[in-house]
Amino acid sequence: MAKIQLNGKKISILTNISVRDLIKKYKLKEKKIAIEVNGTILPKQSYAKKKLKNNDKIEIVQFIGGG
Amino acid sequence: MKKDNLKIGKSILKSRLIVGTGKYKNFKQTADAVKASGADMVTVAVRRVNILDKKKPVLMDYLNPKKIIYLPNTAGCFNSEEALRTLRLAREMGGWKLVKLEVLGDKKTLYPNMIETLKSTKILVKEGFKVMVYCSDDPIIAKKLEDHGASAIMPLASPIGSGRGIKNKLNLSIIKNNSKIPVIVDAGIGTASDATIAMELGCDGVLVNTAIAKAKNPILMAKSMKHAVIAGRKSFLAGRIKPQNYGSPSSTFEGLI
Repeated sequence: MAKIQLNGKKISILTNISVRDLIKKYKLKEKKIAIEVNGTILPKQSYAKKKLKNNDKIEIVQFIGGG
Repeated sequence: MKKDNLKIGKSILKSRLIVGTGKYKNFKQTADAVKASGADMVTVAVRRVNILDKKKPVLMDYLNPKKIIYLPNTAGCFNSEEALRTLRLAREMGGWKLVKLEVLGDKKTLYPNMIETLKSTKILVKEGFKVMVYCSDDPIIAKKLEDHGASAIMPLASPIGSGRGIKNKLNLSIIKNNSKIPVIVDAGIGTASDATIAMELGCDGVLVNTAIAKAKNPILMAKSMKHAVIAGRKSFLAGRIKPQNYGSPSSTFEGLI
């Protein structure tokens, strides 16, 4: 198991899972989100190959209503 | 008559009303109000996904970004770094290059911090963004934004969400007359006549959120704003009569019995 921070919350994940696996776990659609890993934007084409490791900080954002 | 479309960057808008998508009761109401407004462009904010609620509906399920232009904004950002981070994420989400920059100065007035705004505009333009910039109604600052490569200037009418209407018509006129890029009046519109006045001043468009979303009947207010903007624009193009101090009869005195 590895511990990561996802959108400010500490969660445990299986070791060696990819960002794409994480997105699937939370039933998110790739087209509707953007992701930062440790403060750097992760391009969509890297979701599958990017593996998560202990202490990674992940931010997943989407569009919401706003003025 | 030639089509009177509004061009911002590469986007061509048939409607000169841009609407915000915040503060509605739910996404269904948001979508209905946007439709009623006739707007081609909506502003949207960037926020964290709620990871605890997997079934929570998302805005994109109700407003299709292929059918309406999304204008990502930086609402809630108080410095350049936060604003840049937000818009870079928005671009990654789906290639949005046309964005609305809004760097706030303080939580009470929600007035823009123009020092941080100018700084951010410069960087974003360099990175290839087309930037529509929320700004104060200072003509000098507005001109600086244009010089820095902004795609549109968005001066406030009055504080965000205040519904106070246009507090400085003179400044908005000066800004418009000085500007070679579109001027969109943003923030503070309270009711339809405010939107009409902005358009009669010659401004190129109006952005409205709270006045529609928080009206007793948001759908009806959306329709009202649509017509208010059209009326103001046509009135501007038609050219108003010169005000006079004394009466001028509409019926001639000639042939009076």
